[in-house]
Amino acid sequence: MNSMTSPLGKPVDRVDGPLKVTGQAQYAAEFQVPGLLYGSVVNSSIARGRILQIDSSAAEAVPGVVLVLTHANRPPIASYDKAYEDEDSADGASFRPLFNDRVLYSGQPIALVVAENLELARYAGSLLKVEYAAEPHNTDLRARLGKMHKAPAEIPPERGDVGSAMASARYRLDVEYSSPVEHHNPMEPHASTVHYLPDGQLEIHDKTQGVQNCMHYLEAVFGMEGQIRILAPFVGGAFGSGLRPQYQLPLAVMAALKLKQSVRVVLKRQQMFTFGYRPRTIQRIGIGAGPGGQLEALTHQAIGQTSSFEDFTEHVVEWSGMLYQCPSVRLDYRLVSLDMYTPLDMRAPGAALGVFALECAMDELASAAGVDPLALRLTNYTDRNGNQDKPYSSKALRECYEQGAERFGWSKRLPEPRSMREGNQLIGWGMATGVWEALQMPASAKACLGPDGRLKVSSATADIGTGTYTVMTQIAAAALGLPMERVDFHLGDSSLSKAPLEGGSATVSSVGSAVQKACEELRQKLLDATQQSPESPFTGARLEDVSFNAGNMVLKSAPETSVDLQQIIAMTGALEAEVSVKPGEKRNEYATSTHSAVFVEVRVDEALGTVRVTRVVSAVAAGRIVNPKTAGNQIVGGVVWGIGMALQEESQIDHHLGRFMNHNFAEYHIPVNADIGAIDVLFVDEQDDVVNELGSKGVGEIGIVGVAAAVANAIYHATGKRVRDLPITLDKLM
Amino acid sequence: MNPFSYARPTRIDEAISLFQPDSRYIAGGTNLLDLMKENVVRPAQLIDITRLPLQGIEETAEGGLRIGALVSNSDLAWHPLVERHYPLLAQAILAGASAQLRNMASTGGNLLQRTRCYYFYDSTTACNKREPGTGCPARSGLNRIHAILGHSDACIAVHPSDMCVAMAALDAVVHVQGPQGERQIAFNDFHRLPGEKPERDNNLTDGELITAVELPASGFAEHSAYLKVRDRASYAFALVSVAAALKLDGGTISAARIALGGVAHKPWRRAEAEAALVGQSAGDAAFNAAADVLLQGASGFEHNTFKIDLARRAIVRALTDAAKGVAP
Repeated sequence: MNSMTSPLGKPVDRVDGPLKVTGQAQYAAEFQVPGLLYGSVVNSSIARGRILQIDSSAAEAVPGVVLVLTHANRPPIASYDKAYEDEDSADGASFRPLFNDRVLYSGQPIALVVAENLELARYAGSLLKVEYAAEPHNTDLRARLGKMHKAPAEIPPERGDVGSAMASARYRLDVEYSSPVEHHNPMEPHASTVHYLPDGQLEIHDKTQGVQNCMHYLEAVFGMEGQIRILAPFVGGAFGSGLRPQYQLPLAVMAALKLKQSVRVVLKRQQMFTFGYRPRTIQRIGIGAGPGGQLEALTHQAIGQTSSFEDFTEHVVEWSGMLYQCPSVRLDYRLVSLDMYTPLDMRAPGAALGVFALECAMDELASAAGVDPLALRLTNYTDRNGNQDKPYSSKALRECYEQGAERFGWSKRLPEPRSMREGNQLIGWGMATGVWEALQMPASAKACLGPDGRLKVSSATADIGTGTYTVMTQIAAAALGLPMERVDFHLGDSSLSKAPLEGGSATVSSVGSAVQKACEELRQKLLDATQQSPESPFTGARLEDVSFNAGNMVLKSAPETSVDLQQIIAMTGALEAEVSVKPGEKRNEYATSTHSAVFVEVRVDEALGTVRVTRVVSAVAAGRIVNPKTAGNQIVGGVVWGIGMALQEESQIDHHLGRFMNHNFAEYHIPVNADIGAIDVLFVDEQDDVVNELGSKGVGEIGIVGVAAAVANAIYHATGKRVRDLPITLDKLM
Repeated sequence: MNPFSYARPTRIDEAISLFQPDSRYIAGGTNLLDLMKENVVRPAQLIDITRLPLQGIEETAEGGLRIGALVSNSDLAWHPLVERHYPLLAQAILAGASAQLRNMASTGGNLLQRTRCYYFYDSTTACNKREPGTGCPARSGLNRIHAILGHSDACIAVHPSDMCVAMAALDAVVHVQGPQGERQIAFNDFHRLPGEKPERDNNLTDGELITAVELPASGFAEHSAYLKVRDRASYAFALVSVAAALKLDGGTISAARIALGGVAHKPWRRAEAEAALVGQSAGDAAFNAAADVLLQGASGFEHNTFKIDLARRAIVRALTDAAKGVAP
């Protein structure tokens, strides 16, 4: 009998890799259906007001144009706000595309031109004559601070006595940090291909992180319960932008219903700046600390922007109450409503912002107290989450600090700013801590072992490039002792077992647990099947008495006693198990988080202010890593994004026009290869039997958290300049 | 993009005779297609010039180089004669765009690329360059990337090319052919300042086609440097760029060229700044003095005044690098 080692924890290649690199993986805008029509969205040019008239006569006169859809001629849609809610809705009334003549933000979709090809649709769109009654708008967060309101979020109440602790502190700090709007900008633009079936049902290929979320949304908006199926087998990056149904989807459905024909709508790159984004945020951090830098009081206030119709909240300030030992903490979160679209969760929502401010402030404290920045973190280390007053289920952050510092060579750092240089280049070393929640959501999965010996596992989750296909295949193969080649994992289909949105770094934890459980049930069924006959050598054996290895079920006490799983299936026919898994009760006693320590080297040109991030070490504690290769990809991607956040990314708004202006990839800067130096990722060992059965916490978000702070702190170390306003462009360093 | 007709002539005179006022010549299309997709330009006819005999890089009788208008930016930058005799030009080209764009972009097209001003590209906004008389929202809007020299009330856009900055410094000559025949335009007279007519980027007349760019014999190969300062390491337009070239006699400057990119509606040169360097010993004092002259009259807007100081520092750095004879 061949023995097989478990694929869990192995850096196996992506199972969908060959499909992707050979172009066989199909994305939402690539599915071809007969008689397909093409829609092009026309967006508003004003930020607030009413549409008085849309003259579409010139557009309609273009041969090949079949429809100009506006609020005036769209098919009926739900009128109640409730119908537009989705699994990631913010507080308030969701945006309703083409609902009426109101313009709520610049770039709002106001018409869809449908034609026989995309070029015609786009051209005809340019011929629409739109007459507006513009109203004064507000898009400047800072200009509207007087109008801020309390965020509808459950912020932990004040603990300790901040006032007196601050007053008696040896070191006091009160600093403001700010960060601009950023857009997700996945490589694949949002797209929906709506296949109008002969019976009027809709089969839709959509770019989404939640096929069932989109299905329920459309069912409610169009009153089409049970008539819609959403497919998203491949998603070309999303980063949160696919959490909520985006406007191209209902627009394409409207056109398909009106025309009773299949319709595709693809957003162009400029239109990727016309929905959700990371909100511009102003943060104020106050710190009171003792002589050695030990925290005595901490305050963190965040002011974020939101839309006029929803209150978007994310976890910005909570991290300051949990990352360090501190007896007195006050957290506060405010929002300012602006005439812009509602912000949207984006890579480590909230944490990317809040931890930036906190970890820059910690660096400022280290400087003020004359303490090494890493030593300061260790001084204030905690094993308990102070917000919840619970111990962490596991927290190997200390090991992240130690191993990351060792790998980076932190001990050789000269403490004084401007103390390291090479020619025109000032060299700086900075560090920061990262933290993210280790979430688990209820999820279901189905496992079916067929007569061909193949295991089919499925759940309505998504793979947005993170490696879901691969990791779920590993988990299922390990659970049933099958080689990975005999496992097929299916996702991205709303008709599959219920799964949560693919986000929050919770997919391995949630769906992975369901996959594992479904396979365990299948093991029981296989064992039961062998025990049907009284002379079975497995008679009396319980599940813990057998192992599954290399396609066989083996009696542990007598390894020569084994049976090929295919033989069992030959007797029983296909065996199937479908399960739902909820977060375990034992999680309730604990706080669960992932952590990281990020070390960064920058080189700053002293005269020109240009910054190069030459080295990054990111040490991550995220429980069991199912696949170090795909997990490592996630961390590297997060680090690159963190560098972009620190130095480049900014959606620039012209407040006179109330409009984003650098809405393309030439002018909205993200790092290119030439910007990126060595990135060294290490995962420290972290055992956790509380967080879920797999002991795995997820890694999608943690990679970015803390990176911008580590870069900013390294820049301070290089130059002696504290730049508290992102991005740190060269003009701020001259 | 509007519907248009398309022609692909094989002779230069044929291309010119096809030209109507609303025609556009197209070669690599790396800029024109973007502009068409965004409805910034709406030509009724595209005349594809890629089949015209405008390829090739040849040495001239005077010891210079004649570069066909269709030579790609990549081929030009990596041409052995350019690498050897005009390293300033090679560096400038390779500082621009991306490898893929340089493979498509032509020499003539590089001269004709249009500004990256956000407002110019967004056809929902006013823009005097796109639609004369509508106004310039950049003056009171997002103007961090805009001009500090030579701007007008009508327009504060900058020319985006790197290659042109080096060509301006090297005193290249643009060969053109049009309905009225052939003529040559000194590089500094090719592009315009915006003045009252920002819709005109250059002095070409209707139907005129760039056929070649000629470089004089001297490429300042021993002492030149192209420095590009930008918001990321690659694939970003210059905030400020400097093409610096020197001839040194011992430590003394005997000839000098300085051109700036990213600061004006055209590559920015001033003869007085170069004259101020001649006879001086190469060093910070002379370089700063030259920068003063070159930047005389510079003025910024809300978000771009930093460029004045940045330009000064970049000029000094580029001249220092050029004097050392090393690439930046």
